[in-house]
Amino acid sequence: MGERVQQEQWAGLLRAGLAGDSQAYGRFLQAVTPYLRAVAARRCRMAGAPDSEVEDVVQEVLLAVHLKRETWDPARPLAPWLAAIARNKTIDALRRRGRRSAVPIEDVIETLAAPEAAETLPARELDMLLSGLNATQRDIVQSISLSDAGIGETARRLAMSEGAVRVALHRALKILAARYRSLNP
Amino acid sequence: MKTDDLIRALAQDGAARTPYGRTAALALGVGALLAVLLFAALLGPRGDMGDAVATIRFPFKVALMAALAVAALGAGLTMGRPGADLRFWGIALSVLAVLPIVAIALELAVLPAGTWWTRLVGTNARLCLTMIPLLGAAPFVLLLLAARRGAPERPALAGAGAGLAAGALGAMLYALHCPDDSPLFVATWYGIAIGALTALGAAIGHRLLRW
Repeated sequence: MGERVQQEQWAGLLRAGLAGDSQAYGRFLQAVTPYLRAVAARRCRMAGAPDSEVEDVVQEVLLAVHLKRETWDPARPLAPWLAAIARNKTIDALRRRGRRSAVPIEDVIETLAAPEAAETLPARELDMLLSGLNATQRDIVQSISLSDAGIGETARRLAMSEGAVRVALHRALKILAARYRSLNP
Repeated sequence: MKTDDLIRALAQDGAARTPYGRTAALALGVGALLAVLLFAALLGPRGDMGDAVATIRFPFKVALMAALAVAALGAGLTMGRPGADLRFWGIALSVLAVLPIVAIALELAVLPAGTWWTRLVGTNARLCLTMIPLLGAAPFVLLLLAARRGAPERPALAGAGAGLAAGALGAMLYALHCPDDSPLFVATWYGIAIGALTALGAAIGHRLLRW
């Protein structure tokens, strides 16, 4: 019952977000992140990946949810859609890690016994990918994410129009998602 | 970067979005229109249309292609939505795969063995093999572009769905012109032409529809 109410809330926020309410949309992303984190943590543990990678996976999933948000049909329940994206992207991320570094067996045992992943372990992968963007794109993403500078303030500082900043931000996020993909073997 | 910071950036990119269903419908509408215009310009319906619709074979082949196009479109569109239930379209496509086999069996039972080969070869297989992909080309490109807005869990399969839908659309139009109505002809040559577009769609989807 409680779960159903929560899902309705999430669905309502995303519905508003799809209609252009970016505040509601931000609240939607905040609200689903603990769920995405739990999915990522469980799968990381099953795959023997260390907890330190959970947040990297969460961020990759969030980016996918963001860029594919219009594939949710507002007439349908949100949970299967969200779960499918989380599952897909988490598996992608773990497959990539599996190829990159084999996890020693002792670590697996230790990790399996470890408690829930801490909420805010620092993520590294996105920073690495950010460094591959061009200077303006990187500046825009960092300005908007790290400081509270909105589109308007960032536009003034960079002497760009707000529209140009919006376009550049969107392009940068799409490039980041493509870079994640190209990390995949 | 902290996840809260990333969320802030994502929310700032949270402008209103065209629903995926609307994008797909637009792609289909424009693609189908272009195909119809091309059909009207290059081929046009066959001359004996009035007689043909009174037969069994002609309406069957047109209806089969129409149903195949609808089912492939339904499957393809649904595949672009993560977590969506594909069972209905899967069953529909399976039924449509069996129908031509039944039709061929009936055709073989009805026709004397001596005429089978003539029916299969038909009058203009080459035109069929050229025209179906040509008529399907615009829907093919537009449906694949629309599928890029989707998030298919199996990109190659989603590409195949787009190819199948485009091929069936092209075949449905071509069927209105083509004088060969035997299921033997349709299954063979239409099958090859639609199959080629489907395979091409799968190959392109594998590369282009990952997300």
